[in-house]
Amino acid sequence: MSTLKITDLHVSVETDQGTKQILRGVNLEINSGETHAIMGPNGSGKSTLAYTIAGHPKYTVDSGSITLDGVDVLEMSVDERAKAGLFLAMQYPVEIPGVTVTNFLRTAKTAIDGEAPSLRNWIKDVRESMANLKMDSSFAERNVNEGFSGGEKKRHEILQLELLKPKFAVLDETDSGLDVDALKIVSEGVNRAKENSDMGVLLITHYTRILRYIKPEFVHVFVNGKVAEEGGPELADRLESEGYDRYLEIA
Amino acid sequence: MTVPVQVRSARPKSTNPADFEAVTGRELDWKFTPVAKLQELIAGDLDGSRFDYTASETAGVSLSWIPVSDPRVGSAGLPEDKASANAWAAATEVLLVSVTSEDVSEITITRDALGTTHRAAHIVIEAAPFSKGTVVLQNNGDARLVENVEILVGAEAQLNVISVQEWNDDALHLASHFSRVGRNASLQHSVVSLTGEVIRVNPSTVLAEDGSSVNMLGVYFADAHQHIEQQVYVNHDAPQSKSRVTYKGALQGKGARTVWIGDVLIGNKATGTDSYEQNRNLMLTEGTRADSIPNLEIETGDIAGAGHASATGRFDDEQLFYLQARGISEEEARRLVVRGFLNEVVQQLGVPALAERIEASLNAELEAGVK
Repeated sequence: MSTLKITDLHVSVETDQGTKQILRGVNLEINSGETHAIMGPNGSGKSTLAYTIAGHPKYTVDSGSITLDGVDVLEMSVDERAKAGLFLAMQYPVEIPGVTVTNFLRTAKTAIDGEAPSLRNWIKDVRESMANLKMDSSFAERNVNEGFSGGEKKRHEILQLELLKPKFAVLDETDSGLDVDALKIVSEGVNRAKENSDMGVLLITHYTRILRYIKPEFVHVFVNGKVAEEGGPELADRLESEGYDRYLEIA
Repeated sequence: MTVPVQVRSARPKSTNPADFEAVTGRELDWKFTPVAKLQELIAGDLDGSRFDYTASETAGVSLSWIPVSDPRVGSAGLPEDKASANAWAAATEVLLVSVTSEDVSEITITRDALGTTHRAAHIVIEAAPFSKGTVVLQNNGDARLVENVEILVGAEAQLNVISVQEWNDDALHLASHFSRVGRNASLQHSVVSLTGEVIRVNPSTVLAEDGSSVNMLGVYFADAHQHIEQQVYVNHDAPQSKSRVTYKGALQGKGARTVWIGDVLIGNKATGTDSYEQNRNLMLTEGTRADSIPNLEIETGDIAGAGHASATGRFDDEQLFYLQARGISEEEARRLVVRGFLNEVVQQLGVPALAERIEASLNAELEAGVK
C-alpha cells in the first residue's frame, strides 16, 4: 500500500502585484485505493494544490512537505514525480505541435516504466482504452490536444491515466466543460482504472455533479487555502443543497 | 529615385555584378540578411577556380569541368542579386553533373575542404530526358562561399537534388539555385541547413513546359547566433504545372534567426496549375526570431488550386510541463517535439541513409543547445 501525505503545506505564487499566498497550511493523507474529493469555491486553492503536487515551476512551496511513502516529493523534478507514480489530469491540457498521440503515449509509457512496452500488447491496450473512452481511432494520429474539443481533451487525459497506471491520480476539475454523456464516459474511465489497480484518487471539483459517478470515501472542503471541513460522502450531499456560502461567511 | 519592382518576374537579372548597386541591407531581398558580415562575399574578390570535392563513382552520373562559355551555363536562370552575379563573374569553370541513367542513380558530392578563402562556385546539374537520379550536395568544413547552382531537368526526367549544409560554425554560405523543369518532368529540390554562421540558399524554379512539377522542401535548425535564410521562388510558366513548397524550421537559443520568403507566380500562360506553399517554424526557446513571408501572384483566372500557409509556433514551458508530468525528461521532450515537427519533411527527402543521419545531427544540436 502507498501513502501520499501532505503536511502543513504553504504555497505562494509570484504575480504582477507581488507574492500572493495561496495555500495556508494544507494537511491531507491519501492511501492506495481511496478516493478523496476536494471541493471548494473558485480561488480557494484547489488547482494550486494539484499543480504543486505535480511540480509546476510557477508555484513556490514556502513550507510544509509532500511525501510519497515517506520519500520527499518536493525534491523531485516534474518527470521524476510522474515516474514515482503521481499523475495529474490537467484542467487545461496544452497542445503539443508535431507530436502525435501515438508517439506521445509510447514515449510516456517508456519513460514511466523505464523500458519500451512490448509492441503487440501495447497496441492492444491503447486500442482497448480508446474504445472504452469512445475515442475514434483517428485520434491516435492527431497531434496531442491540437484541435481537440474540450471533451476530447479530457478523454485523452483519462486515456493516459488508464495506460500509465499511476499510484495516485490527481484529477483537476476533469468534470468542467463536459456534457453529461462525456462526464459519464470519463467517470467510467476513472472507475475502470481504479478497479484494475490500487490507485488512489484526489478528485478536485467545484461541483458535486461528478460525485454521482465517482464515489469518494472522503470529502474535504477547501476554503481560503486550507481544509475548512472534512467528512464522508454526506458532506458532498450537504454542499449540493447548501453550496459554499456557509464557509465563505465564516472566512 | 527608382520605382521598386512589384512583380517577381520583373526583377532585373544580370551576370555582371556592376549592374547591381552596392548592397546596403535596405533592399527588399537583403533586408533580413546580416549584410555587414557578407560584404566581401557580395562585392569582394572571389577565388573562382576549380574547388575540391569528393564523389563516389556512380553508373549513370558523370562529373566534368566545363567552360563558362558552355551554352548550358545560364540556361536555367540568371543572377537576380549582386552576390550571385559576383560569383557568376568570378567562376572560371563550371562543374557539370550529368545524370543520364534511366535506372535510378544516386550520387553524393561532398565538399569538405573549401577552406576559408572567399570563393565562388558554379555547378550545373543536368538530367537528360527520361533520366532518373538523385544528386546530394553534402557541405562540410569551412566555407566563405558564394555559388550558383543550375538545375536542368529534361523532358519526362525525374530528378531529386538535395543540398545539405553542415558547415563549421563560422561558415558563410550564399547560394542561388536556378531550376528549369521541362515537359512532364518532375524535380524534387531540398535544402537542409543545420550548421554554419550565415546560410542563405535561395532556390528558384521555373516550371517551363506543360505538365512540369516541382516539390520544394526545406528543413532547418538554427541555434544561438545562427542566421538561416531561404528565399524560395516558383514561377509557373506553363499549363498544367504543379508545385508544392514545404519548409519547416526549428530555432533554439539566443539570437537564432531564420528567414523564409516564398514567392509563387502563376503566369498568364499557366492555366490549370496547382500550387501550394507553406512554411512552419517552431521556436524552442526565448530570444529567437523567425520571419515568414509568403507571396502569391496570379495572372490567370484558370487555376486548379493555389494556396499558402505560414505559421510560427512556440514550444513553451507549459508544453514542457505537460510532457514532463508524463514522465518524459526535458531533453527527451524537446527531441520528441522537434523530431515530430521536422519529420514531415525529413521523411520526404528520398534518401533513407541521409534522413537517418540528419535526424542524428538534429538530436546532437538539441542536446548541445540544452546544455
